[in-house]
Amino acid sequence: MEITKWSARELSDKIKAGDISVSEAVEAQLAQIEKKDAAYNCYTRVLPEEARKRAKEVQRRIDSGELENSPLAGVPIAIKDNICTKGILTTCSSRMLKDFKPPYDAAVIERLNAAGAVIIGKLNMDEFAMGSTTETSWFGPTKNPWDITRVPGGSSGGAAAAVAAGEAFLALGSDTGGSIRQPSSFCGVTGIKPTYGTVSRYGLIAYASSLDQIGPIARTAEDCAAALDVISGADKRDSTCISQESYAYSEALTQDIKGMRIGIPSGYLGEGLDREVEQGILKAADVLASLGAVVEEFDLKAVDYAIPAYYVIASAEASSNLSRYDGVKYGWRIPEYEDLQDVYLGTRSKGFGSEVKRRMMIGAFVLSSGYYDAYYNKALKVKALIKQGFDEAFRAYDCILGPAAPTTAMKLGESLSDPLKMYLGDIYTVSVNLAGLPGISVPCGLDSRGLPIGMQLIGRAFGEKDILRAAYAYERTREYMFAPCTE
Amino acid sequence: MKVYETVIGLEVHVELATKTKIFCGCSTKFGGAPNTHCCPVCTGMPGTLPVLNKKVVEYAMAAGLALGCKITQKCKFDRKNYFYPDLPKAYQVSQLYLPICRDGGIEIETPAGKKRIGIHEIHMEEDAGKLVHDPWEDVTLVDYNRCGVPLIEIVSEPDMRSAQEVIAYLEKLKLILQYLGVSDCKMQEGSLRADINLSVREMGAKEFGTRTEMKNMNSFKAIARAVEGERKRQIELLEEGRKVIQETRRWDDNKDMSFAMRSKEDAQDYRYFPEPDLVPVEISDEWLEEIRSRQPELRDEKMVRYEKEYGIPAYDAAIITESKRMADLFEQATQLCGKPKEVSNWLMVETMRLMKETQTEPEDLTVSPKKLAALILLVEKGTINRTVAKKVYEKIFLEDVDPEEYVTQNGLGMVQDDSLLRSTAEAVLADNPQSVADYKGGKVKAMGYLVGQTMRAMKGKADPARVNEIIQALLSKQ
Amino acid sequence: MISEDTIEYVAALAKLKLEEDQKEKTIEDLNRILTYIDTMNELDTDGIEPMSHAFELKNVFREDVVTNEEDTEALLANAPVKKDGCFVVPKTVET
Repeated sequence: MEITKWSARELSDKIKAGDISVSEAVEAQLAQIEKKDAAYNCYTRVLPEEARKRAKEVQRRIDSGELENSPLAGVPIAIKDNICTKGILTTCSSRMLKDFKPPYDAAVIERLNAAGAVIIGKLNMDEFAMGSTTETSWFGPTKNPWDITRVPGGSSGGAAAAVAAGEAFLALGSDTGGSIRQPSSFCGVTGIKPTYGTVSRYGLIAYASSLDQIGPIARTAEDCAAALDVISGADKRDSTCISQESYAYSEALTQDIKGMRIGIPSGYLGEGLDREVEQGILKAADVLASLGAVVEEFDLKAVDYAIPAYYVIASAEASSNLSRYDGVKYGWRIPEYEDLQDVYLGTRSKGFGSEVKRRMMIGAFVLSSGYYDAYYNKALKVKALIKQGFDEAFRAYDCILGPAAPTTAMKLGESLSDPLKMYLGDIYTVSVNLAGLPGISVPCGLDSRGLPIGMQLIGRAFGEKDILRAAYAYERTREYMFAPCTE
Repeated sequence: MKVYETVIGLEVHVELATKTKIFCGCSTKFGGAPNTHCCPVCTGMPGTLPVLNKKVVEYAMAAGLALGCKITQKCKFDRKNYFYPDLPKAYQVSQLYLPICRDGGIEIETPAGKKRIGIHEIHMEEDAGKLVHDPWEDVTLVDYNRCGVPLIEIVSEPDMRSAQEVIAYLEKLKLILQYLGVSDCKMQEGSLRADINLSVREMGAKEFGTRTEMKNMNSFKAIARAVEGERKRQIELLEEGRKVIQETRRWDDNKDMSFAMRSKEDAQDYRYFPEPDLVPVEISDEWLEEIRSRQPELRDEKMVRYEKEYGIPAYDAAIITESKRMADLFEQATQLCGKPKEVSNWLMVETMRLMKETQTEPEDLTVSPKKLAALILLVEKGTINRTVAKKVYEKIFLEDVDPEEYVTQNGLGMVQDDSLLRSTAEAVLADNPQSVADYKGGKVKAMGYLVGQTMRAMKGKADPARVNEIIQALLSKQ
Repeated sequence: MISEDTIEYVAALAKLKLEEDQKEKTIEDLNRILTYIDTMNELDTDGIEPMSHAFELKNVFREDVVTNEEDTEALLANAPVKKDGCFVVPKTVET
């Protein structure tokens, strides 16, 4: 079997056993990227030299026994381009940061390096993580490896597509309103958004600070758990990190989900949900039930208002977070200007794409004098009610099951003209960010067009182990389905 | 002309004396080459996050307690959004909704007696960077060394009615903050700046007039002139039947008038919202009590104690405690030499004179308590006399020299050798027969002249009392 | 509904320049989005405390210890224009 089809855990085990060297793994990965990426455009930048150099270092550390306990030793990993890598371009797929080289590594990069993972490249995304299709990238859209005429989802579309196309064993994405789970669903891979505060945001270029979380995308729940083992943990530099007793996610993976209580929100089914996706979710529910889980429908309160609340809060924070891009300290500056206002207006109007600008305008509006209470404060109250709804649900259930997205992957170009329609596609994911909860998207079959369907399992706060266990038990019942292009 | 009343409220920004900035581990040291006390966090690099300096909260609490405020035991930070090159994130982390202190006030002395000036609130925030106009090119240079230095903003009620009250309030505020040790309050370094909100109204009117704001005033004299100038300007407008426009104005101290700042392209709409990158601050009763118990002795208590404990005059105690630096100098020097009255005298006379001559602010005094004490002991032991001591003091006031070493190295010690004193005095008497005759003829004053001449011949390095004795003895023999 | 004036005001706050030919479409998009956002008002939130942070964290501090070293070069490495260790902007009128 081809190396690039192995799971990250398999690869790491074989590297540690001496069956294959880190350099061979890196070369295999680079070759696959070379072969495939012209078609899919998953990467904004591939790092062959850095990776080759790092491979040798990591090999030495493995040979010395230093990385015995690292589940990712020697594994090439790709990073969404909004996670800072020291001295390496970190662009957020924006013209604004097209030349930005951060003088520091994000906390997750430090952790990956310490664990002996090898960073192989930076991944395409929607500009500043705003979008659900990876079409708003300054570097052009990423295409779905299952159907090149379709989007991979977004904003971590490069990450999900790379994993699906065998261009990465494992990738780190970020999720503010579904940006890990929705593209994972579109690309037939597994992606988890951890509980807010589990993974340090230090070095993650902010979109909406109160919602952003970094998480892994892989082909298996096991690989996601392994990545979480490495990247999660408290960090003094992120005040919103919440210290946990145990970060050993892999240890929690057992196939035993007997008696696990799983609720399906009634409102998640029916209207607004593609019939085939619904069928896929219900079939997956049957599988989980056959494994001993207790699955039932229930009424999840207030989630209908999650999208409006999300777009108010996320846009408001984004308008503030992205104000720093003004052509003064870093990033692009418009070449021609007369005065300071020209620099500001010209740089920002030409440096950002239209979706980013739209959200900054919404954000500025909802915070502006006279509107704060009606919009921002109201959204924070809706958020509180959504959290209450989940709290209530988790008194009865261990996991909540539903779709990750209302449809399978759309055609390229379909969503760009209608932003509201695109926003409505986030219906199953944004509430999870508002409530700070963990959510995992797991592939559960294909629709009649051969496009992957993803189910989402939502856990209670810091209940990553529950949803990983359910996902693991589920995926053990079936073979991983590779995208046709990898054959 | 109608009689007008001036209504003034102040927003005072005070840089706190922490070692590091409010949200990162950069030094707050004043000066330094541009952008050397900076890091990715305080320059707002993408992906960086703030972490709150605990000391900032403690200093703000201490200030609030000393200024009679209620401490908000659940407080949090908000973002104030606006674009300017000195603000790298394009928002300032500040407190709008739940500031750390509220509802305080201090008493000031006015010609009409004591008056309370209310304090509306105190909030914590970060300072901005510095813009410098390039002398060679038509551009502005941006230096973020001060960016992220912790500030408290003390917002008064509009309780002041004159420039004198404003200055009295500021003086009092400065003293309290300096005694607390929460700020050095050096106006020339910008660690204390005041924005003046001023309006006028007809005496007896209930409603406030339209106010203007004058920003970032950084000397008491300028503030006094600005208050006077702006008051006159507003009254003139009203007298001419025109209106005062609510605006921000810049006081030009050289031209002695204020100018409307060019209305910015921006509306003043700061779009405040809770800072998502920081978590709330919850101040427990225990923490508050701990800070309260650590509050140092403030000026008023110190003044009374100096009078009582050290027996110095009330007037001296008042002058000495007018600055924390001076009070510390007094107390520490007294502890070392055990001569409170001597220390007080040196501070009241020589120190004041030299400060005036060299235009030194008390905060900038470099003379150490140890040196002052050593100097006093040199006089006490009779090693040097007072005239020489004054010269030595001048030296240690201006330069970093050790008084004992200086006296030794320059041979300033008094001549203790009686035979040398006697032979010198004999020579003086021989040279001044007229004076000797005068003295003998009953002119006691002539004695002073002879002692003076002898001291002069000794180049001042003699104990005048001893010289007096020797001359008296010689004259009685003649 | 958002008017042209409001759009211009909001664009000025966000320091964005609206091209004439985009204005109409922008107003239309924003109005559709805001109309949708207004559905929030159907949800009764009386007596509900606004929630900024999903989890109740408090008192996360650092000690007052200098940890950073001078690294001006790295800080300025990404600056579009720099001079004498400073970032450079066109002359500002007031300071």
